[in-house]
Amino acid sequence: MHDTKVKLDNEVDRHTLTVLVDNEAGVLARVVGLFSGRGYNIESLTVAEVDPVARTSRITIVTSGTMHVIEQIEAQLKRLVPTHKVTNWTSEKAGIEREMALIKVAGTGEKRVEALRMADAFRARPVDTTHSSFVFEITGSPAKIDSFVDLMRPLGLVDVSRTGVAAISRGPEAM
Amino acid sequence: MDKDDTLARGGTAQAAETMTGAQMVIRALKDQGVTHIFGYPGGAVLPIYDALFKVEGITHVLVRHEQGAAHAAEGYARSTGKPGVVLVTSGPGATNAVTGLTDALMDSIPLVVLTGQVPTHLIGTDAFQECDTVGITRPCTKNNWLVKDVNLLARTIHEAFEIATTGRPGPVVVDIPKDVQFQTGSYHGPHAIHHRTWRPKTDPDLSQIVKAVEMMAAAKRPIIYSGGGIINSGPEASRLLRELVDLTGFPITSTLMGLGAFPASRPEWMGLVGMHGTWEANHAMHDCDLMINLGARFDDRVTGKISAFSPGSKKIHLDIDPSQINKIVRVDLGIVGDAAKALREIIRFWKTQKRQVQAEALKAWWKQIDTWRAKKSLSYRNSDTIIKPQYAIDRLYAATKHRDDVYVTTEVGQHQMWAAQRFHFQQPNHWMTSGGLGTMGYGLPAAVGVQMAHPNALVIDIAGEASVQMTMQEMSTAMQYDLPIKIFILNNEYMGMVRQWQEILHGKRYSHSYSEALPDFVKMAEAFGCVGLRAEKPAELDGKIQEMINVRKPVLFDCRVDPAENCYPMIPSGGAHNEMLLGPDDGGEISDAGKMLV
Repeated sequence: MHDTKVKLDNEVDRHTLTVLVDNEAGVLARVVGLFSGRGYNIESLTVAEVDPVARTSRITIVTSGTMHVIEQIEAQLKRLVPTHKVTNWTSEKAGIEREMALIKVAGTGEKRVEALRMADAFRARPVDTTHSSFVFEITGSPAKIDSFVDLMRPLGLVDVSRTGVAAISRGPEAM
Repeated sequence: MDKDDTLARGGTAQAAETMTGAQMVIRALKDQGVTHIFGYPGGAVLPIYDALFKVEGITHVLVRHEQGAAHAAEGYARSTGKPGVVLVTSGPGATNAVTGLTDALMDSIPLVVLTGQVPTHLIGTDAFQECDTVGITRPCTKNNWLVKDVNLLARTIHEAFEIATTGRPGPVVVDIPKDVQFQTGSYHGPHAIHHRTWRPKTDPDLSQIVKAVEMMAAAKRPIIYSGGGIINSGPEASRLLRELVDLTGFPITSTLMGLGAFPASRPEWMGLVGMHGTWEANHAMHDCDLMINLGARFDDRVTGKISAFSPGSKKIHLDIDPSQINKIVRVDLGIVGDAAKALREIIRFWKTQKRQVQAEALKAWWKQIDTWRAKKSLSYRNSDTIIKPQYAIDRLYAATKHRDDVYVTTEVGQHQMWAAQRFHFQQPNHWMTSGGLGTMGYGLPAAVGVQMAHPNALVIDIAGEASVQMTMQEMSTAMQYDLPIKIFILNNEYMGMVRQWQEILHGKRYSHSYSEALPDFVKMAEAFGCVGLRAEKPAELDGKIQEMINVRKPVLFDCRVDPAENCYPMIPSGGAHNEMLLGPDDGGEISDAGKMLV
């Protein structure tokens, strides 16, 4: 989100990467610093501890770049001392990607009814309701959330909070 | 002096012992086999200095600036193969070490830097001499730690040594708050302590070795391009590199960091590659059909213009760091592993498979290389009246080449390139220079570190008058520890490389590159208690050099050289390997894209 420098040797694609790291002080700064220091792009980032016993955290990053840049990003991430594993869900392994968003829409009358109808079509759930506003919770691919947000814009969109992408592999195996 | 029993033991495996954090630091260093520390005390490391006061077997070298401590530790590490250890205080102590950390990261030098920190309850309060050391040093270390629990201190220090020295070596920082140094906790020795995640791959995949051997046997115009990875792998890698060249008769060139891995006296040696490399090395890189990169990283000083870099060759790249493969140049075969291990396997497969080189083609290739050699690209016009810098290096080399205990460090600039071109190395670990970061001021403190490790050796810092002023104060350190380092200054009264670029690229507008108000280096030497010498005429050079070598004291040698001399050959920025300039009359247009480059 900070940098938009992309090396344009050929086609730039969006990739979702998951990095499994030791959950220790400064590990997120190390990963984020790698992106800013080497001029890579971060479109979204999510992080949380996933195994309190093994003390590992899972960082999922959506980034963009040419294939060469993406390969370098993966190699540089693997090079960090606390990194266990790096998986690319876009080019390597079949994965499921989901994002959650909270979306606030304010309005009355026909617009309000229309917002609720759209939300229903997108399986977005109202989690806060007043006479003049809704907060919808929606889960799905980033593209689905993008289109829901676009639809809400003329209907009184006030605020958007997105979690960034979480990803996991299909089938019985771990990442 | 009363001896501290806890610290005196050292070494053997035993159950956890109780001691203070400060004692643990010293004990951990002893258990790691550390004999030298380069450091500077301050408030936040006083408990560690107190523990150091009571201990025997560790020599502390008091530098005059923390940058000097880091560079001295780099020189020590580079010349011994052991990690260099630095101990500095919080705040400015840590920030002053940052240049040395970055330098060590770029050149893959193992350093363990211990920094004091304000007490844990003051962290984040803008306390006196507080800085976010782990934040500041995160991008310039391989890894770093802030230790807030005394019971994790010993483990962290042992892990720090493991990480600094295994895989691709590099600098690490352990930041230790003052209260942790005072607290009591249990100490564990280095046995069975391993970082929980760090497992560098050092064994090469044999399938790739087999492919490499196949490619080598098929090559008609091969070249070995070796780098600092051979030196870092240890002397065995250098020995195996020689064996590989014995077996194949392939021509070999090297990066700045790799000098000495292959003896410069052998006929297969083509000299330095890259921006100021030889005509034959660069043309052979450009025209080869197989490039065998052994522990180098396709640095921009080596490759020149990437799109024109060795366009017709297949490329093999051996590196211990997987992220280096395909980083700059796409290669046909990447081998991840330790250089010595990979070379041993390549040689083994070459022998057991009874591989042969393409003898006829190789002969023709050598013939071509000989025609490039005939250009004598390192020649220069000498003078009877003024000392040419090339001549000064040649005479210095001639006066010392019979010895095998000569160590050369350099600063950064023209003198560094002349030294790399003309001071011929026969063994690894005898050449210490700042390659990746290009740190002016590296050479003098590095020489201090080298001489500390090799007290009887001849340690020479080939310097420039501008660079040497950046860390001049370490002459005082040299005096204190009786280190007879020789600072051989090629004094051209300019930041020579800056001047050269301004001449070629910026219309001879010498903006702020003249060394105005220079000190009298001879008087300065005397002020430090060292010996000052000056040579102004070619005729007096040999005698003065001999005088410098003979004296058992630090020497500042003010060698007044031609201020207008430029360093050739040169690939102008943005140029390809076959677009070299041989000398001042060569002209050469530099593209706008080239001017953008550094």
